[in-house]
Amino acid sequence: MTEPMLEMKNIWVKFTPAHRPEVVAVEDASITVQENEFVSLIGPSGCGKSTLLRAAAGLEQPSSGIIKVQGQTVDRPGADRGMVFQAYTLFPWLTVKENIQFALKKTALTSAEKEDRVQQYIRLIGLEGFENSFPNQLSGGMRQRVAIARALVYRPKILLMDEPFGALDAQTRLLMQELLLEVWEKQRSTVLFVTHDVEEAILLSDRILVMTTLPGKIKSEINIDIPRPRRLVEMETSIPFAAYKKQLLELVREEARKSFGYQVSSGVA
Amino acid sequence: MASHLSIESSNQGPHRKVRLLELRADIPAGLYFVAGASFIGAFILIWLILTALELVLPMFLPGPKSVWLEFVRQIREGILLQDTGASLYRITLGWLVSTLLALPIGILMGNFRFFEGLFEPFIDLVRYMPAVAFVPLTILWTGVGDGQKILILFIGTFFQEVLMIMDNVKGVPREMIEVSSTFGLSRWEILYHVILRYALPGIWDTFRITLGWAWTYLVVAELVAANVGLGYRIMRAQRFLQTESIILGILIIGLLGLFTDMAFKAAYKRMFRWMDRKG
Ligand SMILES: Nc1ncnc2c1ncn2[C@@H]1O[C@H](COP(=O)(O)OP(=O)(O)O)[C@@H](O)[C@H]1O
Ligand SMILES: [Mg+2]
Repeated sequence: MTEPMLEMKNIWVKFTPAHRPEVVAVEDASITVQENEFVSLIGPSGCGKSTLLRAAAGLEQPSSGIIKVQGQTVDRPGADRGMVFQAYTLFPWLTVKENIQFALKKTALTSAEKEDRVQQYIRLIGLEGFENSFPNQLSGGMRQRVAIARALVYRPKILLMDEPFGALDAQTRLLMQELLLEVWEKQRSTVLFVTHDVEEAILLSDRILVMTTLPGKIKSEINIDIPRPRRLVEMETSIPFAAYKKQLLELVREEARKSFGYQVSSGVA
Repeated sequence: MASHLSIESSNQGPHRKVRLLELRADIPAGLYFVAGASFIGAFILIWLILTALELVLPMFLPGPKSVWLEFVRQIREGILLQDTGASLYRITLGWLVSTLLALPIGILMGNFRFFEGLFEPFIDLVRYMPAVAFVPLTILWTGVGDGQKILILFIGTFFQEVLMIMDNVKGVPREMIEVSSTFGLSRWEILYHVILRYALPGIWDTFRITLGWAWTYLVVAELVAANVGLGYRIMRAQRFLQTESIILGILIIGLLGLFTDMAFKAAYKRMFRWMDRKG
């Protein structure tokens, strides 16, 4: 077996805000993501998903633990890990094309190669014809497509996504999930994906990690053995999908209820 | 959104109704301009009537005509040009010195908590001190030349300008900075290519606003120990009760302030086209 793409061992992240008690956001979490694997991290909101992902990106310093990318220890952000946030992070003064090209600034590509590569990714996300639009001329879904292209274009070893579709309306969200599924199946890459949407996680992932409520620990791990290529509509109505959904919802709701501080007597349907 | 659109399209007809008192509703651009022009027109008209009917003593409020004659006299004698030149020189220099210092310090304060902690308490203290009160001190320190005027303009603008630039820089979303670090950019590259680029429109607006303040501090700067300048002319006219000269001076300062403001706004529109491409 080769080195895993991402390996996080016994990660603890503590916050010590001024004038407030210490928060243990992540407690002893260990995660391994293999090459070309799509792994999702789910859990109730506020359980430390973003913090764990940010630690993987090098944006948050763990108080203890080791993070390795292909066997190399990392402790700061780098071009080996691409990131897509929920919030819009496109540069408003650059066009779609320039935004994507910006991510290639530090690569050794010639300008012709850059041009080619950018065009290739614009095609991948289906935004031909919008190359010269500015971000505030685009819809939310289009902006997130550009953000994904920008995070893929420099070919990081692993793509980290923090609820990238969280700010979109339900319709657009479905379309984006389909698009990401298609892009990923066409061009495999290693992804660690944070969401609190169980269906989204099942649809996209090879494996799902469920986190407990604060302090966030990895509670369980579920392999999604649904063959690819997957199609959203067929999948969501299939029997295995429903079974996974039930299993995961129970796991997540149990945690959500704990943090909610209210016991619902009946089980989950 | 939809109902908004339908109102607009029904307004395209020949008998469109303009709803002036609709909350936040747009009005035709022509009307917007005409309204502003007529208000100024009405203001001048009232001034004309008050003075023509001698409802107010000319010593308190001279008519437009005597202000105009004073304008012609000052032009002919070269006074106005000389005063304007001296004032422009002081304002430009005072504002430039203030801006050249405020820019790097504000950028440091906005990006590094250490510099914020280092400078902010001091700046907060000084910015509430009235600039007028510094006049005697500045004369002691720098004498009665242009240096003293520039120093007063500096004191009046710098401390606010630094804080505003700090806020402009802090307005850059954290995720935008973080995502840039995943492209392999160094801290300084992010500062230059992302933070400053994002903050630039705001900083430009800060420049425009502080230059406006510099104009309001002009009279303070030229209060004492000056023998030329628009502010000086006003102070001197007061001593000889030349009210028309005072009004002329005020008008000239107002107009010059307005022109610089408009120039900055026009440059803003040219430089930051991407800002107003709202979808
Ligand atoms: N910079 C910070 N300072 C203090 N507390 C934080 C900080 N970031 C996150 N937290 C806390 O850590 C916990 C986990 O947050 P987060 O990882 O954002 O949760 P999730 O992404 O699962 O919703 C929350 O209780 C949050 O308030
Ligand atoms: Mg989160």
